Amino acid sequence: SSRSASRVSSELFTLTYGALVTQLCKDYENDEDVNKQLHHNLFCNFLPRGFNIGVRLIEDFLARSNVGRCHDFRETADVIAKVAFKMYLGITPSITNWSPAGDEFSLILENNPLVDFVELPDNHSSLIYSNLLCGVLRGALEMVQMAVEAKFVQDTLKGDGVTEIRMRFIRRIEDNLPAGEE
Amino acid sequence: MAIFSVYVVNKAGGLIYQLDSYAPRAEAEKTFSYPLDLLLKLHDERVLVAFGQRDGIRGGLGSGRGRGVGRAPVLRKWVGCRCGAGGKGVVSGPLSPRRNPGAAASLTISFTSAVGHAVLAINGMDVNGKYTADGKEVLEYLGNPANYPVSIRFGRPRLTSNEKLMLASMFHSLFAIGSQLSPEQGSSGIEMLETDTFKLHCYQTLTGIKFVVLADPRQAGIDSLLRKIYEIYSDFALKNPFYSLEMPIRCELFDQNLKLALEVAEKAGTFGPGS
Repeated sequence: SSRSASRVSSELFTLTYGALVTQLCKDYENDEDVNKQLHHNLFCNFLPRGFNIGVRLIEDFLARSNVGRCHDFRETADVIAKVAFKMYLGITPSITNWSPAGDEFSLILENNPLVDFVELPDNHSSLIYSNLLCGVLRGALEMVQMAVEAKFVQDTLKGDGVTEIRMRFIRRIEDNLPAGEE
Repeated sequence: MAIFSVYVVNKAGGLIYQLDSYAPRAEAEKTFSYPLDLLLKLHDERVLVAFGQRDGIRGGLGSGRGRGVGRAPVLRKWVGCRCGAGGKGVVSGPLSPRRNPGAAASLTISFTSAVGHAVLAINGMDVNGKYTADGKEVLEYLGNPANYPVSIRFGRPRLTSNEKLMLASMFHSLFAIGSQLSPEQGSSGIEMLETDTFKLHCYQTLTGIKFVVLADPRQAGIDSLLRKIYEIYSDFALKNPFYSLEMPIRCELFDQNLKLALEVAEKAGTFGPGS
């Protein structure tokens, strides 16, 4: 890889993410709106921040990782957990809880670099602090013609033992398919 | 230069970036005094040489009396031309070898196309179709003795940006036809298009963006250049928060890094003689 060896320190990354969330909390005053600004599974009349990052990050991912098109959702799950999370967050979540139809799975994050040193205060108990991650996933997958839903179902910040993101495959995005991808 | 052009086409077939990187091998820049001893005409929004052939500048209508057409003459005589200063068809003026032996040096034009050369620049400034850089009409400008002496650059007409837009969109459709024509399911679109003067290489990403490079047929390493351009796009276009997706790429850093990558690719991959 031609990426230079110097990376931003994870502390600076955690602080930067924290600055984003606290600024949003100031701007929107209620947790639900902040959650939406980071990520929303339904259609919004604005681009949630996570989604906006995802649609750009996917190209960086494809350009650098050289992975080909995934043939099913299981391959997608593997690539997300073993290649993408590793590349960008330095962690490898485990994949569990597959639905019988194979259209839903969970990503279990033992640790989450975004929440190092973070505690949720009582007045922000419904804040989904790391919701940006779900947005990134949804935005990135949409660019490769997959409509998915991503949401946190467990969060260490809320006292759960692990952090769990549930991913659900909604449908293949058929309009504007790149030629040769039918 | 063995890599000629780069095109980036978005998902909808719109051209969002274009770079021409070849040193045109057949352009002639000369200084002229009034009256111009070439006949110019307007054709397709460009000013072309309709008649007259001198010092490597090619006209389009049967110029040269069969002698060495396709080569670069130093001095040409032609009959019936009303543009010569003497009116009799002999090239005269400050650049004629009789008065200026040093001007006998000629440019070699290596292709034998019969298309007339176009006016590309006046006094060093690129023309804009039939208008000069500052908006005057070229033919009008060159008809006015007050504007002489003037330096005019002639060469093969270049594609206008509109033409490039249309060609990119056409290629986008042809690319798709490539995969539709295939007897196999799930075939890719056109990946390479070859002519006798260049090879066009196309890489479509999983997200539907196409990177297209036109290069010398002997140039190697274009596949890795295409991947490199993808990286440069993902860095200097996409990570620039002020760049909007699918829009024309106007990022300095993207330009600079792309040009650098082309240089590297040329040096690494040329096996043919001379770039």
